[in-house]
Order: sequence, then C-alpha cells, then structure tokens
Amino acid sequence: MHFGPHLLLAALEGLVTSAVLALTALGLSLVFGVMRVVNVAHGEFFMLGAVLAWAISTAISGHPALGFLAALVLAPLIVGLIALLAERLVLRRLNYNPEATIVATIGMLYIIQQLALTFYGPEARPVEPPFSYRILLPWFGYSGYKLSIIAASALLLVATWLVLTRTKIGLIMRATQYDSETAQAFGIPVTRVYAGVFALGAMLAAVAAVLIVPISQAHYLMGQDPLLLSFIVVIIGGLGSLRGTVVAAVLIGLSDGIISVFFSPTLAKIIATLLVAMVLVFRPQGLFGTASR
Amino acid sequence: MKDASPAKPYALHLGVIALLFALSFVLPEYHHGLLARIMVLAVFAMGYNLLFGYVGLLSLGHAMFFSAGLYGAGLAVIHLGWSVSAAFAAGLACGALLALVIALLALRTSGVAFMIVTMMFAQVFYLVILYLAAWTGGDQGMVVPQSMRVLVLGSTSLDLTNPTVRYMSALALFSIVLLISLAIVRSGYGRVLVAIRENEERTKMLGYDTFSNKLAAVIVSGTICAGSGAAYALLFGYVGSSFASVQYSILPLLWVLLGGAATTLGPLIGTLFMYYVIDVASGYTSAYLLIVGIALILLVLFFPKGILGSIRQRWLGWLP
Repeated sequence: MHFGPHLLLAALEGLVTSAVLALTALGLSLVFGVMRVVNVAHGEFFMLGAVLAWAISTAISGHPALGFLAALVLAPLIVGLIALLAERLVLRRLNYNPEATIVATIGMLYIIQQLALTFYGPEARPVEPPFSYRILLPWFGYSGYKLSIIAASALLLVATWLVLTRTKIGLIMRATQYDSETAQAFGIPVTRVYAGVFALGAMLAAVAAVLIVPISQAHYLMGQDPLLLSFIVVIIGGLGSLRGTVVAAVLIGLSDGIISVFFSPTLAKIIATLLVAMVLVFRPQGLFGTASR
Repeated sequence: MKDASPAKPYALHLGVIALLFALSFVLPEYHHGLLARIMVLAVFAMGYNLLFGYVGLLSLGHAMFFSAGLYGAGLAVIHLGWSVSAAFAAGLACGALLALVIALLALRTSGVAFMIVTMMFAQVFYLVILYLAAWTGGDQGMVVPQSMRVLVLGSTSLDLTNPTVRYMSALALFSIVLLISLAIVRSGYGRVLVAIRENEERTKMLGYDTFSNKLAAVIVSGTICAGSGAAYALLFGYVGSSFASVQYSILPLLWVLLGGAATTLGPLIGTLFMYYVIDVASGYTSAYLLIVGIALILLVLFFPKGILGSIRQRWLGWLP
C-alpha cells in the first residue's frame, strides 16, 4: 500500500479511537468539572461497560444486533447504578475532599478490577458487531461498523452538549460547577446533582466501551489505557471544558493512531504522557482552557 | 509534640530496633525472610511518609524513585559488574538525580495537579523501562546473579544471599533510615516542613523559602526510596518492571495511611500489617487486590489518621 492510503487508514483508525476517547474523557471531565473529583476508577467503569456488554449480548440469542442493542441500553444503566452506589457510600461521606477521593477511587479501581477478574476471568472475549457491512474504498475495504461508531459518538456528544447548554438540568449542573455554595443557597440539591453527575460520567464511559467492544474485545485490564488517555485529553483540553475535551480527543486520537502505525506504540505513549505532564506543569489550565478561578 | 525531651522517643526507636534484632534469632525461617523484605519495603514507606506525612505532598509516582534505585543498583551489577557497595551508591545517585529533576518540574504544581503529574512521570518511567527491554529485561525483569551479591567490607566479605546476612543488612538500612527520619522530624527543618503542610502561605510570609524546603524534601524522600529499591535489588536479586508500575506507587501510600501518616514508626507498622494481611489472604484467595482496595476505602472513610496517628491522638502525645 502506498503512503497516502496508508495515512488515510491510520487517520480513520485514529478517528475511531478519538470518537470513543471523546465520550470517555467527557465523562471524566464532567465529574472533575462539577464535583472537583479526580475519578481514578473511571477506566474501570469503561471496562465494566465492555464486560457487561459481553454478558448481555451472549445471554440474548438471535440476531447479533439484538444483543448489541440490549447491551447498549442496559450496560450503561447498570454501570450508572454501580457508580451511584459508590458515590452514595463513599464519595459523599468524604465530603468530596479532592485528596481523599483520589485515594478512595484508587480503592474502587482495585475492587472493580479484582471482581471482574474473579467473576469474568482473565480471557479476552469478543462481542459480535451488530452488522458486518464493509465499505469498499478504492484502496481497501473498511468496516462500516467502525464508521458508525464515529457517527454514534458524535450524536451522543451533541446530545450531551444540548443537555448542558439548553436544558434546565444542564443549567443546574453548570451552576453547581460554577459555585456549589451559592447554588445550594438558591435551593439546588447539590449532593443530588453530584450523584447524578458521577453516574452520568460513568455511563458515558460505559457507552464508549459498548461501542468499542465489537472491534477490541472485553478484558478485565482494558480500563487502564482509556483512563490514561482520558486524563491526557482532559488535561490538554482544559479541565471541565466540553469543547476543549472534544478537540483534544480528536487531536490525541488521530496522533495516537498515526504515530502507532508508523512508530512503536510504547514510544508513542511515552511521548504523549511526557508531553501532557509538561502541559500540566507549564500550562495547568490546558491548551484550550482559560485560567481557573 | 507536647513533650520536648528527646529521651522517650529515642528510647522507643532504639527499643524497636533492638526488638527487630532479637527477632532475627527466634523467628522461624519463613517469617525471618518475610520480615527482611518488610524492613526494606518499610524504608520505601518511610521515604514516602516524609513527603506525604510531613510536607503534605501526596505523590502518586513514588514507584519511579524505588525503581530508579532498583534498576540503578541492579543494572550496575548486571551490565557493569560493579561491586555491591558501588552499585548501592549508584542506585542512590539515580534516585537523587531523578528526584531533583521531577521535583523541579512537579513542584510548580500543587494539590490534584501534583498527584497527576507525579503519576504521569512515573508512568513515563515505567514505559521507558519497557521500551529499553534490551537493557532492562522489559516486563520479564532480570535476575542479579548470586555470585555478584557479595558485600566486601575491608577484609571481610559478606554473602548477601545468606538469610542472616540479608536480615542484618535490611535491619541496618532500616535503622539508619529510621534514625535519620527521626532526626529530620525533630529538627528545625522538620518543623518547617510541617508548617508548610499546615499553611504554606503563612510559612512563606514568615520568611521561609518554601520552594527550596520542598525541593529538599522531595530529594531526601526520593533518595530514601531509591535506597530501599537498591537494597531490594541487591538483597533479593531481582529487578523487574512491575516495581515501577502504578501499583507500587499506591502501596506505600496504603502502608503509610494504615500505619499513620506523619509518625516515624507508622510506615513500619503499616507495611508489616498490610504485608501479613496480604500474605495470609493469598493463602485463601488470589484476589488480594480486592483487600488492598477495600483497605484503602475503609482507611480514608473511617480511619484517616492510621494506627499510630490514632494512638498518638488518644494516649501518647509525645510520639514523633
């Protein structure tokens, strides 16, 4: 294959990564933005979404699309419930203290990971894609499902954006993010908003995982890379900024896809992580964000 | 520190060291080996505690300092054929240098950003170890050959693979670091560190250069952790990338939280307790990470001061 088509393939793969990454990172960014909680267990919610998708789609017989659709609806709901429970039982009792919640979410990470290993096992298991249509380009055929991931993710991102900017729920969330004490004084049930945001963040990760699992397989350690990449995206995009998160996700996803095709993936990760640490050191508000108050 | 008299704390610490010395002769073989390992890891926890407990800087990347010592010492023996003492010094130097570089960058941030930055630098360090698999052995790790693990002191040579020698070397390192940390904590410098933890702005206003004090604390902490890693490589003969993974950044945090942050003996107690809990539990189940996770959550929820921290609060106000 020539360089041009090769690059196109790498870019398409990168866009699929970006699409999933944008959803996952958006969840992390919402939780940090509104609650000021760094959720280290975010990647495990992603993993849970994928594992549940496998469980649900194997439990439902018939056309693969049926099982997949059930998983797309049910898996995020279950993950959201688990997140809600974790928020009520642990985070709220810690008063959302940033440092204590990091330690607690590290604890959650280990618990979820170990439970997944115990009950799901160490194998990587595939989920059948809902359809297997291939789009024939002049140089190579490309999976139609992968392109539909990009579309689905874009749709969800737009929906989230609309909820945040056009609805009352979004207004309440933004008010809480801006100043939780004043919001409380105006009668906003801040702890309920926090619980909802934490669950929503986890659900976004789970949806992303259900979308990616037909092309990547479910595995109990699959949460680690999305966690790291989401951190990178959220930091580069500016903590708590939706537009920044999406732009950064596309940037990181594309460059990750392209660098991984042409160089060693480990080297790509080293460079990306180092760059992001430097961004955090020298430009803590992110490349696109404005200085925080 | 209500009681300023130095006698009690020093007596207590020397007593602990004497107890550990005496235990060497009575413990059964299995626990003897385990305790040697625990003492080396407790040094790691003490280095972590200096930064987390006293300065209040929560790092999520101390595995990189531990493994800087581990690889600094281990690779110097394996590839360069250095003697044990030279390799140990190499490990310390690697840790100190890394700590200097990391501190200069990471100390520009604070709070949550400091945690994430240290975690990311540690991740880079881990990935670099994997990337340089030709020299580091990648995720397989490397064994430090037994024949090289001989400590030559003047005319005597000590075989570090011998259990008793190993135990005593671990105890020696542990005692030195314990007394150093006690001295630091009781010194004026230690009090400045605590002042930074309590209120950095006010400390700055009182005329202390908080940045260089913190810088020094990171370097001392990193060097101590590197000492622990170097000793681990030389005493137990294995260097591997798992020691650089995120998990080994979390473990010292867990040990210190359990034993009691900002207590000099807390790290030992936390390490001892957690190591045995995991050791006993792994007899029944392979799910030891579950225990680590539950312990972390329960500690931050119900027991944020840890064992010694609670004892100090209730009964023994003079505990350093």
